[in-house]
Amino acid sequence: MNYPEVAIAAVILFSLIIYALSGGADFGGGVLDLMAFGPRAREQRRAIAEAIGPIWEANHIWMILIVVLLFSAFPAAFSAISIALVVPLNVMLIGIILRGSAFIFRGHSSHYGGKGVAWGDVFAASSVVTPIALGVIVGSLASGGVQEMSSGVLRLNLWDAWLFPFPLAIGFFTVVLFTFLAAVYLTVEVQEAELKEDFRSRALVSGAMTGLLAWICYFLAGREAPLIRLGLEKSSWSILFQVVTAMVASSALWALWARCFRLARMLAVIETVCVILGWGLSQYPYVLPPVVTFQEAAAPASVLRPLLGALLVGVVILIPSFAFLFRIFKGHRSPI
Amino acid sequence: MNHLLAARSQMAMSLGFHIIFAAVGIALPLLMVISEGLWLYKKDVLYRELAQRWSQGAGIFFAVGAVSGTALSFELGLLWPRFMAYAGPIIGMPFSLEGFAFFLEAIFLGIYLYGWGKVSPWVHWMSGVMVLASGTASGIFVVAANAWMNSPAGFDIVNGVPVHIRPFAAMFNPAFLGQSLHMIIAAFEAVGFAAASLHAYSLLKNRRAFFHQRALVIALSVAACGAFLEPLNGDFLARFVAQNQPVKLAAMEGQWETERGAPLRIGGWPDAKIEKTLWAIKIPKALSLLAYDNPNALVLGLKAFPSQDRPPVLPVHIAFQVMVACGSFLAGVALLGIVWTLRIGRLPLKKWFLVLLIACGPLGFICIETGWIVTEVGRQPWIIYHVMRTADAVTPMPGLTESFSVFTLIYLFLAVVVILLLRKEVIGEDGSEPLKAAGGRP
Repeated sequence: MNYPEVAIAAVILFSLIIYALSGGADFGGGVLDLMAFGPRAREQRRAIAEAIGPIWEANHIWMILIVVLLFSAFPAAFSAISIALVVPLNVMLIGIILRGSAFIFRGHSSHYGGKGVAWGDVFAASSVVTPIALGVIVGSLASGGVQEMSSGVLRLNLWDAWLFPFPLAIGFFTVVLFTFLAAVYLTVEVQEAELKEDFRSRALVSGAMTGLLAWICYFLAGREAPLIRLGLEKSSWSILFQVVTAMVASSALWALWARCFRLARMLAVIETVCVILGWGLSQYPYVLPPVVTFQEAAAPASVLRPLLGALLVGVVILIPSFAFLFRIFKGHRSPI
Repeated sequence: MNHLLAARSQMAMSLGFHIIFAAVGIALPLLMVISEGLWLYKKDVLYRELAQRWSQGAGIFFAVGAVSGTALSFELGLLWPRFMAYAGPIIGMPFSLEGFAFFLEAIFLGIYLYGWGKVSPWVHWMSGVMVLASGTASGIFVVAANAWMNSPAGFDIVNGVPVHIRPFAAMFNPAFLGQSLHMIIAAFEAVGFAAASLHAYSLLKNRRAFFHQRALVIALSVAACGAFLEPLNGDFLARFVAQNQPVKLAAMEGQWETERGAPLRIGGWPDAKIEKTLWAIKIPKALSLLAYDNPNALVLGLKAFPSQDRPPVLPVHIAFQVMVACGSFLAGVALLGIVWTLRIGRLPLKKWFLVLLIACGPLGFICIETGWIVTEVGRQPWIIYHVMRTADAVTPMPGLTESFSVFTLIYLFLAVVVILLLRKEVIGEDGSEPLKAAGGRP
């Protein structure tokens, strides 16, 4: 491998995609918990809790892997991000702590009634806040919010790096996308027809909002994240890529409308992969656009090569373990 | 609050919180695996019930440990970005391996907690073994990174920049083995005594509760093994500190003067103003003997180091004394329990012995916390020993006092909730025996 830093960056992007598809959907489940209403609100909450209960901790660890790989392989970038984005990072942290704790506390205190309701509220609220903060971080990165840190000029201001429309729009896009994923998964995973309908309507609404927010982000990018916009339009294949993404997204909505839930789930997964991949590719070769490239921020090869080796060994152990986990708890349904 | 002090306080508080949950997440699986193994072997259903109760506790602790551990991986950057920019690539290897171990732990704990009846008993038990193995491995990897901060290795410094990084040499740094073992054994010892304490409390109410008798036997066996191994390992580690970080040893012992035949101090109050340790009981020449195997060996005192290179002596000395006192007391209790059990052929259930065990409950965790203070505060003013000062590593961003306050409130709140839940889940709300109808013999 001539460019171990590119390989590690690819692993980070891959982990982010898996995190969005699994851990992201767990957060989306929390959003749906908040929006559970109607005669079957209790059943909806129970279905959500059963869907994420056995797997959310394992799903969550993709985030830890991302952080660890970032500081091991791109220490300068990790350091700059940690300084410039203190506020959204702290918000995300508090969200992660409260979401996980509240979920487990609710499960142990009482089942969806009595004192459990308060924990349910904490769980749901932090499930909304955390993806927004994550999206803000990604949006700030993409729009060059962290750039001045890298040129050595320390901008000691808590807000400037992220408090403008584009990162905020990406934040809302992220939470809606995660909600969409969760709702689509649940249409397949629940057995009762009425619950399927409940989650179908939520998937349709959040899916439509995902599309709307994607357009808003795209237009804001023209003003505030020109590099991303340029990346998305730079060649014929990138335009084709966007067209495909848009088509997949509309097909997913159509499949939901036609109640082809398994097809909808597959399309929703492809849509998410396209969105994140599109961001990653349009940002390449910059880790902190528009100045710092992967090559510049990377740790020396003597670190990266053993790290790649460790990743390889880890994946060999991890994949059968994950397959086993999902086979046990999602087994009677086909895995994502 | 001073900027650096706020950063250090938040880190100390976060680690002090996480270390409890991590220790339980590592050690409680051993208890549940033993118990489930006994169920498979003896077909005594009380053992299965016990494994299930303990696994409920493990589930709570693992979840809170996982999220507080996530918080720490971010806080390394949020509080110490310059440290991470420097050290990230060097200690990335143990952190990455820890990530994978953590993955396995989460996967198999999910199977263990939610898989009763969904997988065969042996597969279920093996999942527990996987939780235990991967939890222990992740603890060892994380401590490897901390050990590197005490004995940095695996790189050269050219013009202030780390070059020629050798990740495995950094991971297997000189302090790695002693420190990792000390932490892991401490986790098993602390959790063993804490579990013994909870079940002794239930037995005090009902001496004939077979469920709690079985629990107590398992918990005390694990605790006793830890209590005997830990001092031996601690002695090894102290010798290492004497060689590698003499100023830390001097602070631990309250040794101000450089002298041959240095005494061992028990208790005492180090006064940094007059540079003396007051009111200590001194055992002549014992420190020289313990640290260097020679009663007349030369021990460097704090005064041999410029004052800006000394750690805060008072907290290090007091924490060390408390750790050694609690550890010795626990070893004594373990010895008493074993001798007594061997003489009467069954577990002693005398009231005063149960009360003694209840009192031992928090001591193992006090050992862990004070031991952590010794290694961390004792390394100050360095974040990487003799390479980078803590003051040079801290973030330039403002607002640390606020973030320290917010995280303190959250962690305090979580601690209270966990204690309330545990009362309910592990010992039962009324401390009564579950499965009364299931019978079983003492």
